[in-house]
Amino acid sequence: MSKRFLYVNRKAPYGTIYALESLEVVLIGAAFEQDVSLAFLDDGVFQLVKGQQTDELGVKNFSPTYKALGDYDVNKIYVEKESLEARGLSLDDLLPLTYEDEDDDWAEKDSIKLVSAAELAEIMEAQDVVLSF
Amino acid sequence: MLHTVNKSPLERNALESCLKHAVKGSAVLLIEDGVYGAMKGTVKSSMVEDAMKDISFYVIRPDLKARGIDESRVIDGIEIIDYHGFVDLAAKYDKTQSWL
Amino acid sequence: MKFSILVSEGPYTHEAADTAYNFTKAALEKGHEIYRIFFYHDGVNNGTRLTTPPQDDRNIVNRWSELAQAHELDLVLCVAAAQRRGIADADEAKRNGKDADNIAPGFRISGLGQLIEAGIESDRLITFGD
Repeated sequence: MSKRFLYVNRKAPYGTIYALESLEVVLIGAAFEQDVSLAFLDDGVFQLVKGQQTDELGVKNFSPTYKALGDYDVNKIYVEKESLEARGLSLDDLLPLTYEDEDDDWAEKDSIKLVSAAELAEIMEAQDVVLSF
Repeated sequence: MLHTVNKSPLERNALESCLKHAVKGSAVLLIEDGVYGAMKGTVKSSMVEDAMKDISFYVIRPDLKARGIDESRVIDGIEIIDYHGFVDLAAKYDKTQSWL
Repeated sequence: MKFSILVSEGPYTHEAADTAYNFTKAALEKGHEIYRIFFYHDGVNNGTRLTTPPQDDRNIVNRWSELAQAHELDLVLCVAAAQRRGIADADEAKRNGKDADNIAPGFRISGLGQLIEAGIESDRLITFGD
């Protein structure tokens, strides 16, 4: 029997290592065939912003890894609408994250689902394990 | 669900964000610097008092005492507990979410 | 009830390691089982035996080691996080060509899968961090 795992991301990337090491847990966890979802809220939405360039900073740009999540069957990525709006962002500012739906003739679909805070609260409540980094 | 908050609401938005996502019937436990959220008379007290209609609040006594917050300064209705009480809450609620 | 604990902060800088310890001790006193304590991020610094706090301060590392010995606890340091932060056991030190190891008694180094497995096998997984 699989459990529902939710990874909650509330921190911006680069200022601290939490975003990167959270992503590492998600990638390892994908091998355990559990029911995995990711939530991005508060400053966590900054993790998904496109156009990240880290060469001048001299650290690894790990944002392309988010695009690989679909290949790991991690395709329930909830982004909170209020958090995006509060930061002057819209979906167009985020990395396009997609997956191929095996139940729909491998059609390419969006992994990101924009949800309200109230909807996200229900999603959190429906989990078995909530991991925050 | 049991939510834990370990940040002062006067510095970070962890408590505010937690309360936005805590559904009716859930519990919020204030630990570490989160205990400043249990104080009466701060600019954030009303946020907690308003949420108390739907959510149960708890605060860790050793964290209050370490910070010199007298129990008389804790918002009425917030239950003051020790670590055994924390364990009981973690067992009572089906999962815990930490608002780090 | 079966608990697992995730510790995401190092000792001394942040209170998380103290809260995690106090929670673990209370859970054991109440007769609960601690399935695993997993140390991630700077939390791996809870597992270096080179820690030398002033004599009038608590020794956070020894405290974990003693609790592990008394209750046969499984204290696991994430290997990737430990490598980044210079925590190694004898095998890891040898594999990476280091001249010393520093893991404290009662701790072991293993992969992130141990955290996921703890989430699957335990009734509750509680996170302490920053």
